[in-house]
Amino acid sequence: MPIKNTGLATVRKCGAALCVTLALLAGCGAPPWNDPNPQYDDEFITYQSVMSPAPPKHLDPATSYASDESLFIDQIYEPPMGYHFLKRPYELVPLALGSEPVLTFLDADGNEVQESDEAMAFSRYTLQVSEDERYQPHPAFALDAAGRPLYLFETAEEGRRYRQVPDFPETGTRQVQANDFVYAIKRLADPEIGSPMLGFMAHYIVGWEDFSKQLGEVPRSGWLNLNEYPMEGLQVLDERTFTITIKGRYPQFRYWLAMHFFSPIAPEVDRFYHNPGFAERNLTLDWWPVGAGPFMMVKNDPNSEIVLERNPNFREEFYPSEGEPGDREAGLLDDAGKQIPFIDRAVFRLEKEVLPLWTKFLQGYYDRSGEVHGNTNGVYDQAFVVGPDGVEMSKELEDHHITMSPDVKPAIYYYGFNMRDPVVGGYTEDKRKLRQALQIAFNTEEYLNIFYKGNGIPSQSIIPPGIPGFLEGEAGMNPYVYDWVDGEPRRKPLDYARQLLAEAGYPNGRDARTGEPLKIFIDVQSQAISNTTMNWMDRAFGEIGVQVEYRPADWNRTREKLLTGNTQIFSHGWLADYPDPENFLFLLYGPESPLDCKCDGANNSNYSSEVFDEAFRQIRMLPPGPERDERVALAVEQYRKDAVWLFAYYPKDIYLNNSWVYNNKRHGVSKASLMYTRIDTRERARKQVEWNQPITWPLYAGALLLLSLVLPGVIAYRRRQKATARVAEDS
Amino acid sequence: MLAYIIRRLIYAIPILIGVNLLTFTLFFVVNSPDDMAASQLGDKYVTPEAIANWKRKNGYDKPLFLNDDASGVAALTDTIFFTKSVRLFAFDFGRSESGRDITTDVSTRMWPSLAVALPSFAIGIWVNICVALMVVMFRATALDRWAVFVFVALMSISYLFYIIGGQYLVAKQWMLVPISGFDPDFKPWKFLILPVLVSVVSGIGSGARWYRTLFLEEAGQDYVRTARAKGASEISILFKHILPNALIPILTGIVVLIPSLFMGSLLIESFFGIPGLGSYMLDAIRSQDFAIVRTMVFIGSILYILGLILTDISYTWADPRVRLS
Repeated sequence: MPIKNTGLATVRKCGAALCVTLALLAGCGAPPWNDPNPQYDDEFITYQSVMSPAPPKHLDPATSYASDESLFIDQIYEPPMGYHFLKRPYELVPLALGSEPVLTFLDADGNEVQESDEAMAFSRYTLQVSEDERYQPHPAFALDAAGRPLYLFETAEEGRRYRQVPDFPETGTRQVQANDFVYAIKRLADPEIGSPMLGFMAHYIVGWEDFSKQLGEVPRSGWLNLNEYPMEGLQVLDERTFTITIKGRYPQFRYWLAMHFFSPIAPEVDRFYHNPGFAERNLTLDWWPVGAGPFMMVKNDPNSEIVLERNPNFREEFYPSEGEPGDREAGLLDDAGKQIPFIDRAVFRLEKEVLPLWTKFLQGYYDRSGEVHGNTNGVYDQAFVVGPDGVEMSKELEDHHITMSPDVKPAIYYYGFNMRDPVVGGYTEDKRKLRQALQIAFNTEEYLNIFYKGNGIPSQSIIPPGIPGFLEGEAGMNPYVYDWVDGEPRRKPLDYARQLLAEAGYPNGRDARTGEPLKIFIDVQSQAISNTTMNWMDRAFGEIGVQVEYRPADWNRTREKLLTGNTQIFSHGWLADYPDPENFLFLLYGPESPLDCKCDGANNSNYSSEVFDEAFRQIRMLPPGPERDERVALAVEQYRKDAVWLFAYYPKDIYLNNSWVYNNKRHGVSKASLMYTRIDTRERARKQVEWNQPITWPLYAGALLLLSLVLPGVIAYRRRQKATARVAEDS
Repeated sequence: MLAYIIRRLIYAIPILIGVNLLTFTLFFVVNSPDDMAASQLGDKYVTPEAIANWKRKNGYDKPLFLNDDASGVAALTDTIFFTKSVRLFAFDFGRSESGRDITTDVSTRMWPSLAVALPSFAIGIWVNICVALMVVMFRATALDRWAVFVFVALMSISYLFYIIGGQYLVAKQWMLVPISGFDPDFKPWKFLILPVLVSVVSGIGSGARWYRTLFLEEAGQDYVRTARAKGASEISILFKHILPNALIPILTGIVVLIPSLFMGSLLIESFFGIPGLGSYMLDAIRSQDFAIVRTMVFIGSILYILGLILTDISYTWADPRVRLS
């Protein structure tokens, strides 16, 4: 009967399909099956890591200004100066330079004078490029037999077959020259590039504004050779030596020399990327960086992964043999004197969500839990427990022998008062007392423990750890908010806050004149604060009888409020460009107030103190030393006395490393630490297999479940097909 | 039919202009060009000069809709809306605010999107139809009632739960497949198993229930009774009689989706690390990249209109009585 045949055939087909599926699944090859990393057919030591939560937007050292981007740029480019990997406080060392920059002082006529000379008008840095600096292999340097660039095209059609840099069969290299640095600095001043340094460096480098203005008027068509446009403050003395002349005295300029903005750019590379049609295929310096650093980019798919490989032309560099106390005990000097980099390839995969990132890390497929953002939220909460000694790892992580690398960045997050606000602003004694009362009521320690699992250090001043001017112990305590009790700072009691509030004219949180309750307004960024946090803050201020109203807004609206001074209390943060107190104290420098400078100034509190400003002006000019330290202490004391910020803390990120990854010390300022990372690949492979044995019973259970669902249906169907018609039964 | 298609394509033009106008207005109600510049330039040293320079470089230094400084037609054409829109209609998508070529990005990213969306779509429809037909076969029995209960339960579960649950169980606990990722050169199928499985399973509840309703309506028709009276098997009745007659509403629901498969899935791509167009759109929204948002909405509108035209055409295939004129 055809009916029977159809039913049986269906059952047979289902059974066969099931068998094939099971056979396929069972035959997926040797475990682990869940390995997301490709198997390379070479002997390279590959470091597996992540970029998260978003890919870099810019990789041009002139335009990039985000730490996610520095993760790549700092491995590929070498600026004149860099930071010692292990030493703290942070120490500058020559990187692309063969020696320290030489600083001389000039008068207005260009004659050399002493630093203390009143006629001193300019500072001149003379920099000598190291002989060993060579660019990575790149098609921009490839030459034909006649010595002309091989890949210079007249039309887009000529270069159409090249879609990415590895497509070019020929590459070349050359020594890094002084002119490359000058060329790179000129790019910063080119309005067409749009560098964040465009406006900022105009205050310092001589001739910047004129150069920038001149370039703005040049009609553009293709590549513009910046060598044809001189800048007064930049001079190439010979192939390896150049000078930068800056206005007046600016000791912090040395730190700027350690930033990727000042990395060399070969003019021929710039010209190469201006080939017709290249930009349409994303063949630009913004996506395919070219440097002389330890690594070079071999794959840039920002949608999924970026791959770096060792630069074969990188100079001889060795692991440092000195560090800070405790480094030797932590095994951070075990590789002292060995040639670096230790790894040959670094793969950074894009991970937007925490669960996959975390799972792959625990499965051993990522060597570290992150690179730029130590995530302590969501799934990461499972990783940590708050113990008596602070944050500790959970048992699961301890069983994996995972190590922690805390990272206190030179950064500060704060809630600031608007010093021009009629209620909380002002410099009279009662206003200071009001702000101090609010400072005491806000228990920063509790706040960090609850909402950040203790990953943050309550600020006692405006200067974070690791920066000159930061003081430990009682000397570093804010005496207006804390008392020194039993060898540690203890927040002053709430009764004292209530007393201050009463003295400020608000007994029990009510205005003594009107009887109205004191209500403060806090502008918060809607994405950055939760209801739980707001409830906690309500309760904290409620303890002294103060009511709070929140004004949530996105960042653009918040920024608008700050620019117009239309705020009472606001949240903000600052990640320093360089590890110097000046880069923090300027957050409160009077002329930096957006209301005064009519610009996007950093002094969002609109703080104005002649004592502070004068100290700051001296700090900016003085070289490191006791005199400068004294001015820093004076500025900090004034900040504490005036109670300018409601509270502040130094963020602390925690990064996790699998047991086979070595030399994991985090550098808060520089990201150029990949070359120090060492991996035991055998141990990694062993652990990956051990941790990732697939559990197959759910497959068989699923197959059985499917059968148990289908089979009764088939049986019922067959029974129905065989059944006699009801009419016949009745008859 | 050709005339019909041409007419529909002409009708599409005002729709596309309207969509473009709406997107533009909505975006700039929330973000001013200054906000966009500040967002792209970062948090530090964003001077008014830098903002002005960024706007000039990216063509946002003009008025939004009406240029009071220009005269005649230029008052309308020398505006951000006109200059950006005209390029769109010429399919010149230009560059993203971060400088990447959008056409290149879209053409690269649509393949991973299709790699996930096509199998999910095809397998999903096949599974849903089979399940629905099976339930219809046992209509008005306890099995039917239980099936409806299960469908409603499956529909009630959040899509996010399927994704996270699938990742947690299949990839994290059982370690059968990678939890996320995509590599076209390295066993891409093993990265697709889980997202396809999640897509299919999460769609069974609503899909099978919808198809069941359609099939049930057809199952009560006279021609079905006639077929049964003539001795046709139940399988034959379901697949050869009921299914073709229920095709019109099914096609209405699914053909319109076919072109949109290019656009990918926002959540699936984001959670499974698929570098497709869905995650492209999501990233653009997060980073206030109007050039990408505008392009993706424009492409999405075109694909949707194309889907509607395809749906109409498919009716003529499913039901010979339908004529497009």
